Amino acid sequence: MDISILTLDITIFFLMGVSVLSMVRVVIGPTSEDRMIGLNLVLAQVSAILVLTAVKFNRFIYLDVALVYAILGFIGILAIAKYIGGEKEKR
Amino acid sequence: MILVIVQILLGVGIFFGILGNIGVLKFPDVYTRLQASSKCGITSVFSIFIACMLLKGFTPMSGRILVIALFFLVTGPVTTHIIGRRAWKRGVLPWRRKRSKD
Repeated sequence: MDISILTLDITIFFLMGVSVLSMVRVVIGPTSEDRMIGLNLVLAQVSAILVLTAVKFNRFIYLDVALVYAILGFIGILAIAKYIGGEKEKR
Repeated sequence: MILVIVQILLGVGIFFGILGNIGVLKFPDVYTRLQASSKCGITSVFSIFIACMLLKGFTPMSGRILVIALFFLVTGPVTTHIIGRRAWKRGVLPWRRKRSKD
C-alpha cells in the first residue's frame, strides 16, 4: 500500500502543476470561448484531484464534494454559453 | 499484479494531462484548442478514475467513483459541443495556414 500512496501523491502534484498552463490560457485568451475551454479542463482536473485525495485519506466526503463541484461547473458553463454575451464578431 | 496496472493507468493519466494542457496553451485556434481539451482531458480524468476504482476494489467508495466517472462521460461531449456551437454562431473563423502571396 505504500507504493500506491506515493504514486497517488505524484499524480496529485503533476495535475496541480500542469493545470497552471490551462489557467494561463484562461487569463490571456483572446475570445471568451478560450476562457471557457480552459475553465472546463481545470474543472475536470480539480475533480480528479479530489477523487485522488479521497482514495488517499480513505474519506467519503471528498467524493461528494467532487460530484457537486462537477455538477455546478457543468451548469455554470452551460449558463455562460447559453445566456451571456454572444455578440457577432466582425469578419 | 493489480498495483502494476494501477500505476500504468495513473501514468497514462499524467501523460495525457500534460499533453492536453500544452495543447490548450499552444494551439492557434478555438476549434483546435477545443479538440485538445476534450479528448486529452477526458482520457486523463477517466483513466485516473479507473485506477482509483481498481485500487479500492469492490467497495462503496468504488461505486461513488463510478457515478462520478459516468457523469464526466456524459457531460464532457455536451460541454464541448455547446462551446463549439457558440463559437460557430458568433462567427469565429477556423484557423488557416498563412499562404505566401506568390
